[in-house]
Amino acid sequence: MTNPETTEMKITFDELKHLVSDRALEGETLLLNMGPQHPSTHGVLRLLLELDGEEVINCIPDIGFLHTGIEKNMESKTYQKAEVMTDRLDYLNTMGNNLAYCLAVEKLVDLDVPERAQTIRVLMTELQRIASHLVWLGTSALDLAAMSVFLYCFREREQILDILEMCSGQRMMTTYFRPGGLWRDLPVEFEAAVREFLKTFPARIDQYESLLTNNPVFLDRTKNIGVMSSDQGFSWGITGPSLRATGVDYDIRKVSPYSGYQHYEFDIPTAAEGDAYARYVVRVEEMRQSLRIVRQALDNLPDGPVRSNNRKFVPPPRSELGTSMEAVIHHFKLWTEGFSAPKASLYLPVESPRGELGIFLEGDGSPKPYRVHWRTPSFVNLQALPFLSKGHFVADLVAIIGSIDIILGDIDR
Amino acid sequence: MDKALKSAIKDINKRFEAQETEFRGLVSLVVAPEHIVQVCSTLREKHHFEMLSSQTAVDYWPQEKPRFHLIYQFNSYAQKARLEVRVPLDGDSPVVNSVVSVFPNANWHEREIWDLFGIRFEGHPDLRRILMPHDWEGYPLRKDYPLGYEEVQFTFNYDEINRRKPKPKDY
Repeated sequence: MTNPETTEMKITFDELKHLVSDRALEGETLLLNMGPQHPSTHGVLRLLLELDGEEVINCIPDIGFLHTGIEKNMESKTYQKAEVMTDRLDYLNTMGNNLAYCLAVEKLVDLDVPERAQTIRVLMTELQRIASHLVWLGTSALDLAAMSVFLYCFREREQILDILEMCSGQRMMTTYFRPGGLWRDLPVEFEAAVREFLKTFPARIDQYESLLTNNPVFLDRTKNIGVMSSDQGFSWGITGPSLRATGVDYDIRKVSPYSGYQHYEFDIPTAAEGDAYARYVVRVEEMRQSLRIVRQALDNLPDGPVRSNNRKFVPPPRSELGTSMEAVIHHFKLWTEGFSAPKASLYLPVESPRGELGIFLEGDGSPKPYRVHWRTPSFVNLQALPFLSKGHFVADLVAIIGSIDIILGDIDR
Repeated sequence: MDKALKSAIKDINKRFEAQETEFRGLVSLVVAPEHIVQVCSTLREKHHFEMLSSQTAVDYWPQEKPRFHLIYQFNSYAQKARLEVRVPLDGDSPVVNSVVSVFPNANWHEREIWDLFGIRFEGHPDLRRILMPHDWEGYPLRKDYPLGYEEVQFTFNYDEINRRKPKPKDY
């Protein structure tokens, strides 16, 4: 297909010619590659920048370096086994991805989830949200040269990851939620660990705020940088804290509650300015709100089973396998063949730390999903980068990339 | 289902002869490909669906015709409602009108569908591959595209498989 005489660069540039201004073709402006290996792109994101001096004229994101074909791979696995792939999408929001997938499967096959499992799901997802925001806060502050915030944030994040490891056996690739409930119940040390976190963490948020919120350098770098209006937010499909920072109180947890979110009291933090600083304010306040939800969930944790009793979808407990032939048959059928879902499709959105995480799941009557599509918030939100960065300096571009909070595993899938 | 969503569905049904299906309370409308841009602008201007949440495709090869379905997910902040629109597309290299003029964020969604399904969008400003390398051949999410496992090499077939393995390109 490719003529061996034409070099790679030439093809790429011809393809991109219509995206840069005429001045670039005459050599008046500078074309500069930023990434894919660059510490402030938060992963392997390549940006082709057209620069007039320090000023960004055009910014062309180039993605796909982390594309692993997760959607294609999920089509060849049974519903239970495909779940491990969901952790690898947005690796800072593994519990949230598990939750979206489990909710979609449960809705597709009409499977019940016990109340205790639902509460634990909310608890873990909110802890994960705090952990994700901590990584965002640490790394985006680090991009703006606030080194110490990064160290403090990762200290607290480690505390959360220890809790996740305690429950699921893994710090990051958890796969703790399963269709029909959870992998297993919480360990005994869990409550003390979360109580300890609830006790120490509010003061820690104040500590981050004292380092950043009124810091003149931080204000200079983030105020009026990357301003987005709510109309722009809607038409570009922006969701999550980035949309809420433009004054829109849209949160899927409130609009269409899932997994029992309607039973918790929490506010949707918003800010009006729509700049990088507003996004910072919203996310920090979101950590406080998540903490409220965690406290309520822990206080009202009901007793009972953590898995559905429907043996056609959920494997029987280990203890039954020695005494019940039926349990052995169910176990065998579920782990060799899997359960089948009806020929139908659904779209299920949940609120991830970055915005609307939607899963489109289609079954065809077999035990494997016919089509899985992930509408990932980072993929859609990154499209805002070209218009947010126009006219700003390269150094501000770094602040904008940080402020829209992208995860490349989430973008490239 | 609330009133606003019902009236939007009724309006689309009447104007564009859509077919309505429902599964567990989620409504899906099947619309002919030539109407999709008008459906999008009607939903946006008249029925307050401000946001195109997601856009994707499904390949029903070989068991069904038309082969592809394009799937649009619309979201209304004002009415707290969601609506799915499906567009059946026939043939192995279908073409459909792009909705970038109505919803700018369709840009990357349509690039992704072109990249992974080979559905061409007429009027798209920048239709390039987005996730796969730009010189990739084939469309990975089609059902006739193999998953591509690596074959196990034994002593007796080591050389034979080695010959078939993809080699790094000569630059």
